Amino acid sequence: MPATAIQASGLQKWFGDGDTRTYAVRDVSLEAYFGEILYVVGPSGSGKTTMLSVISGILRPDAGAVKIEGTDIWGLGNDALADFRLHKIGFVFQDFHLFPRLTTAENVAIPLILQRRAWDDALKEAIADLDVVGLKSRAELPPVKLSGGEQQRVAIARAIVSRPEILIFDEPTASLDGETGRNIIRFVRERILTDRRCIVIVTHDARIYEFADRIVRMEDGRLTGIERGTPNAQ
Amino acid sequence: MRGLLRLAFKLLVNDRAKYAALLVGITFAVFLMIEMTSLFAGILTRSSATVINIGASIWVMDPAVQTVANTIPLPDYVLDEVRSIPGVKYAVPLYSGSALLKLRDGAYQAANIIGLDDTSLFGRPRLLQGAINDIFAENAFIAVRDSEFYKLENPTIGTEFEVNDHRGVIVGIARVASSGLFGVPTLYTTYNRALQYIPSTRFTISYLLVEPKSAGDVAGIQRQIAASGYLALTKEQFVQKISSFYKYQTGVGTNMLIMTVISFIVGLSISGQTFYTFVLENLEKFGALKAIGAKGHEVVAMILFQAGFVSLLGYCMGVGLCAALIWLARAHLPDYAAIVTFPNLALAFGMVVVIAALSSYFGVRKVLKIEPFDIFRG
Repeated sequence: MPATAIQASGLQKWFGDGDTRTYAVRDVSLEAYFGEILYVVGPSGSGKTTMLSVISGILRPDAGAVKIEGTDIWGLGNDALADFRLHKIGFVFQDFHLFPRLTTAENVAIPLILQRRAWDDALKEAIADLDVVGLKSRAELPPVKLSGGEQQRVAIARAIVSRPEILIFDEPTASLDGETGRNIIRFVRERILTDRRCIVIVTHDARIYEFADRIVRMEDGRLTGIERGTPNAQ
Repeated sequence: MRGLLRLAFKLLVNDRAKYAALLVGITFAVFLMIEMTSLFAGILTRSSATVINIGASIWVMDPAVQTVANTIPLPDYVLDEVRSIPGVKYAVPLYSGSALLKLRDGAYQAANIIGLDDTSLFGRPRLLQGAINDIFAENAFIAVRDSEFYKLENPTIGTEFEVNDHRGVIVGIARVASSGLFGVPTLYTTYNRALQYIPSTRFTISYLLVEPKSAGDVAGIQRQIAASGYLALTKEQFVQKISSFYKYQTGVGTNMLIMTVISFIVGLSISGQTFYTFVLENLEKFGALKAIGAKGHEVVAMILFQAGFVSLLGYCMGVGLCAALIWLARAHLPDYAAIVTFPNLALAFGMVVVIAALSSYFGVRKVLKIEPFDIFRG
């Protein structure tokens, strides 16, 4: 049995109050394990992004708890939580959110710079991780000079540069064509996933379901099912 | 933190269009603010030129005097009374008035005439040419080589002119610390010759110049002179009184203040808007930084650093530009009065700090408001 990376229990998140209260996440409990890619899927508005934000320490739940490697993250203060995210969690955003005025290497180095690493060391490590994603030759270019798939790989390099154990992907293929999207997730499966890493991906792109170890389905803020993926189908 | 600030620096300078707009806005605002206040400082200094150039410790005058140029003559007995006050080392009369000169080519030219006490020549200027004793020679005047000197047709020693149908001769060329405000040349002569050549009222003493025995005697001297119905001011107090007159009782101060405020608003508008747009464009990226693990105060530090850096650089460029233009103007326009003073620089710096603070305030508010969740939500 692999070790538990994320343990969420009784999560609830609502917006508004009184008559206008809307539940985004209702009584969600789930576990994610090291060495697996867990998909959270569901239609738009089903609460998967809200749930992802809650379990990654970005959005405080109104009820429930989230433990990452045994740490109750919502028991931490704001600064401690930010530090926790910085060291333990890597994020890949839907729109990449790369700084267009920085070079690709500088973008990748940002988490290390936030960790107070020396500038030159951070850049050196960033270039090494760009090599991992096959973009070492683009290190000095600004992200706007890269294709969508390349920008996604830069975002992945940024997410892994500080060696986090949890990786959170938000709609990683939404801005990419089908083939590029599949290649990216295949790359993540083959090169980024390790026994000591847990990857949670929010998506509604059925074309990449085949790379999941488990798939969690959500609807109206509730988990409606957990099924095993078919990662060997790739 | 150095790495973060370096990141902030790169984000700022790599956005060249906005960086240039910010710099131009602040530089231009600083240039205008310093130019305006320097011009005003120059005018104020020149308005007190006679006080500065004569250099007496205490000036005795009628209480109604507002500026050094608008003299109200004092009766002669005041001189005797002042000399009798304990603590007075010496007291001498000074004539300060204006006269119309007829130059060699027949042209008329107004001039300031300073009549120095015949026995002491107290307040005499530093001579560049000639000997001070020649001032006692017949019809002798000393011309001041300042920005108005050329209006006397660049006289040399021996140059003659007429003043009120009297013959005048230049016996010396002198220099003084400050040129006058009103664009007329200055001639020094003796007190008695000034009275003799220039039509006078019943009373003739423009000011009494007093030297106290010690600094501690000043207050007592001022009290005793006040008891006699006259006003005794130290040099600094007199300069301050003249400055106050021009600042508050003429339109000069108000107009300069308005121009300075307009410059400030122009700078604030340009740089404030540009910086706010700059922050807005990067807002999602700052949100992403917060999601990755940047703390609120770190992002605020980045924005403050950007605002501080561009403001400081703009300030330096504005000061440099202003100094260069004033230097250039003074090289070609002798009457140009602007003087860059430390209070001018401090005022402009203070205003730049306000510009930086206000510009970054709105950006910081936005950045603090954005939640990392907004980045996920799109």
